[in-house]
Amino acid sequence: MSDASLHASPYENEAQFGDYFALLKPRVMTLVVFTAFVGLLAAPVGVHPFVGFCAVLFIAVGGGASGALNMWYDSDIDAVMKRTAKRPIPAGKVTRDEALAIGLTLSVFAVVFLGLATNWVAAGLLAFTIFFYVVVYTMWLKRLTPQNIVIGGAAGAFPPMIGWAAATGDISTASVLMFCLTFLWTPPHFWALALFVRMDYDNATVPMLTVTHGRRATRRHVLVYTVLLAVFAIGLGFTQVGGPVYLATSVLLNALFLKGAVQIARRDEAQAEADSYKVEKKFFKLSLLYLFAHFGAILVDAGLDRLGVWG
Amino acid sequence: MSLVKEHELHKRRRGRNIGVGLVLAAFIAIIFGLTFVKVTRENFQVQPQQGVTDGN
Repeated sequence: MSDASLHASPYENEAQFGDYFALLKPRVMTLVVFTAFVGLLAAPVGVHPFVGFCAVLFIAVGGGASGALNMWYDSDIDAVMKRTAKRPIPAGKVTRDEALAIGLTLSVFAVVFLGLATNWVAAGLLAFTIFFYVVVYTMWLKRLTPQNIVIGGAAGAFPPMIGWAAATGDISTASVLMFCLTFLWTPPHFWALALFVRMDYDNATVPMLTVTHGRRATRRHVLVYTVLLAVFAIGLGFTQVGGPVYLATSVLLNALFLKGAVQIARRDEAQAEADSYKVEKKFFKLSLLYLFAHFGAILVDAGLDRLGVWG
Repeated sequence: MSLVKEHELHKRRRGRNIGVGLVLAAFIAIIFGLTFVKVTRENFQVQPQQGVTDGN
């Protein structure tokens, strides 16, 4: 027995509070919080600031709970992928049972309290989002189809719709189009990344479009989804959440995004490798700005509208 | 063997205990805040009990 093993604490791997918090996927939660907040504020019905704060918090907790349930179910594949091997379960900090218990408890808590704080339409949408992400995406389709990114993107697209429903108590064209914005943005965003980053999904037997259908098909998919995205994103500008700031932002960003997608579709691997995937990397960076700027512009227009700037 | 005042377990789990404590405190504050906002709204009404309305 070595000297080091004699002095090693048997509790070295004991979970700290941060490990339990990491189960909730805090990075994903930031997007959930931001888009839910925009959905809530863009709604034509005013909400008491504290109720609004609680609504966004409960939506974030619900999103976090589905993250914990995803980590519970996917712990086998998380352990074999470099990107996810340090997550609390594969790292041996938190047990699968603990993750399941936390995920289920927080799911029920978030749905019930969102219902009590706002209304049951919003709570129902949150419950459906958790079900969709955990059961439809994680358990059923993620390991079955290379379109898994599209399905996962749908789960991540619900928060602005829930935020809107928390304020208004219903679903409208504007809230559905806000859903479409994130839903259609996810595939080109992720597939652009998959083109220039080697991912180890193969080891985990998760089908990725770049592997199952090849890089040529992935490039075409990026273009198709970008065209669809442009239609829905600019269309959102003509609903009640749209305004001059949103329309200007959307037209400009969609023109740039389409240009990038056309370039990606026209390139082959030899060209991409020659310039170290310059176009794909630029497109990916633009995609981050794209989503943030679109929701940010909705927020700006909502603010200007409340201040009576547009008359 | 009984636990001494500052057992090793207390030190080891301090972060976890403080975290759970803060979450519980935040939970109480949220419930209190929500209740306050709901009952001070103009349209807040307490449902009358059946016996009271019937004059029994």
